[in-house]
Amino acid sequence: MANPIIVNGIYKNFGATQALQDISFEVKEAELFGLIGPDGAGKSTLFRILTTLLLADKGNATVNGLDVVKQYKAIRKIAGYMPGRFSLYQDLTVEENLHFFATIFNTTITANYDLIKDIYEQIAPFKKRLAGQLSGGMKQKLALCCALVHKPVVLFLDEPTTGVDPVSRKEFWEMLKGLKGKGIPVLVSTPYMDEAVLCDRVALIQKGALLEIDTPQNIIHRFPQRIWAVRAENMFALLLAIRAFPQTASCYAFGEYLHVTLKAGEADLASLQAYLQQQEHTEMKILPITASIEDCFMALSA
Amino acid sequence: MHQFLVFVRKEFYHIFRDKRTLLILFGMPVVQIILFGFAITNEIREAKIAVLDQSHDYYSRRLTDKLVASGYLITDQYLQSNNQVETAFKAGEIKMVVVIPAKFGEDFFHQKKVTVQLLADAGDPNTATTLLNYATAIISSYQQELELQNNLPLTINTTVRMRYNPALKSVFLFVPGVMTLILLLVSAMMTSITITREKELGTMEILLVSPLPPAMIIIGKVMPYILLAFVNAVIILSMGVGIFGMPIKGSILLLLLECVLFVLTSLSLGILISTVTNTQQTAMMASMMGLLMPTVLLSGFIFPVESMPEPLQVLSNVMPAKWFIIILKDIMLKGAGLRDIWLQTGILAGMTLFFLGISIRNFKIRLN
Repeated sequence: MANPIIVNGIYKNFGATQALQDISFEVKEAELFGLIGPDGAGKSTLFRILTTLLLADKGNATVNGLDVVKQYKAIRKIAGYMPGRFSLYQDLTVEENLHFFATIFNTTITANYDLIKDIYEQIAPFKKRLAGQLSGGMKQKLALCCALVHKPVVLFLDEPTTGVDPVSRKEFWEMLKGLKGKGIPVLVSTPYMDEAVLCDRVALIQKGALLEIDTPQNIIHRFPQRIWAVRAENMFALLLAIRAFPQTASCYAFGEYLHVTLKAGEADLASLQAYLQQQEHTEMKILPITASIEDCFMALSA
Repeated sequence: MHQFLVFVRKEFYHIFRDKRTLLILFGMPVVQIILFGFAITNEIREAKIAVLDQSHDYYSRRLTDKLVASGYLITDQYLQSNNQVETAFKAGEIKMVVVIPAKFGEDFFHQKKVTVQLLADAGDPNTATTLLNYATAIISSYQQELELQNNLPLTINTTVRMRYNPALKSVFLFVPGVMTLILLLVSAMMTSITITREKELGTMEILLVSPLPPAMIIIGKVMPYILLAFVNAVIILSMGVGIFGMPIKGSILLLLLECVLFVLTSLSLGILISTVTNTQQTAMMASMMGLLMPTVLLSGFIFPVESMPEPLQVLSNVMPAKWFIIILKDIMLKGAGLRDIWLQTGILAGMTLFFLGISIRNFKIRLN
């Protein structure tokens, strides 16, 4: 049997803007596949093409063996889709929303309760509350329930954790892991690079083009250079100083550290240290680290 | 079927949980019909006039009494001389002055001719003309009364009877117009808004990616509004009858069925608007500008179609409201049956099918 999601050479333009160019990948059975990229990279456009909402300019794609253009009606019966924007009825209660979406997919909440049980139990205490009054994390859990309630064969989740607090994000990813155990292939997109390692495989996407497709571990292993995290009291002065250093290959701000690679790697470290010590950086620290997906992304898109 | 019922129930939740929608649905019609019914009127009641009676005889006093007895005019002041006429007008209260010459009764019977002068404030020409017409009518009926007593020369009398609206009440013109307008607006605006709201909130995206056929989405969304608009029609009709004394001479059943037909026409217009707009704002503007204005101006609601230039008369035929106003008037005032209004009914039905056809063709099974 063919893979549940096959994307083959998809192109899409909006006027002069190239939203997607030559996108190809496959998602395997029971795989949690991440589409990782910043806002505006074309993630939502790709989701809409796969969920039959948009037509690609070129290329083709199949979902569970069904063509997204010719057999769109059949796909609409089997796909679970959670759009990037919260798209449930805010003036309906949690229970009413779930019941409504179960009904329009010709099923009932009880029929597939085992699938949503773990997730629904977390929001069940609020089942009489209007969806619009839920917190961001709760809303996403409800949306996931609604997308799952008809026991989809394939699940599309477009930025399910955007605008959600870190604790809920973590819980959400645990739920996705649980779904994998039930054998449903999931295509999920996220702008948060730290979530990439939670996927089985990821595709890095930037400005409508794929940079790399692999398991997160392989992508990290392939990162060619040594990388150091550097910090000091005045981070901005430090950033300017390191970027001015002739042997610097790259220097990006990552939270409270700068991630630095050097042209000659290890060999240049001593000279960087010497260079920085001449200047008056207080509380300076230099630590060797392993690369993150974000480092890989920056290196690939540079 | 179960899917459909659940969909309709969801739509009712939206309506009843949104105070603003409810207010527009049920508040607007009541307020509008009262406003239009009472405020927009070209009738004149109790206009103030002044009388300059230079005769002071029995006949002149009878004439003055007759003028007032009509209810249209009230005598505000009695003037003593010609000089006071100008001052009376300038004070602004007086709309007309009736000048009765000296020796009024004597001249009438002996010289068989007497002139009563009517001076009107033509700053407002419509009021002036109407007042003059009223006064002239009253004076000539008084003349006939006097002639009959004396068997004077043979005269030809015209007897005028205003059929279907003997009292020439303007509410009979306005109430059907307002009913039409409100039904059209509520139905078209609310449906176009409710469908575009799903687009705006992104829920249309999920509905599209579901096995629901597009027709069921549309019918499911519109169904509650058919019921509510029909309830509205009944409210408006009973207000027209109860408050403004509109008669219903024809069959009530036929009247209600025609209301349902017009509601369907308006809903199909609303659906059409929703297929070409993407936000609630534009849908509302399109309904207001695209439906309200032309309907008010061209349907014959305020300005008679007959007095429009020819191109506009032709254009008025595409206004569904024009046909429904005719239907309403014919059934309510003339007691017409289906046999008399089949043409108008057919036109409305045709328009409904036409609008629905285009909407189905325009409905997007995908996002843009």
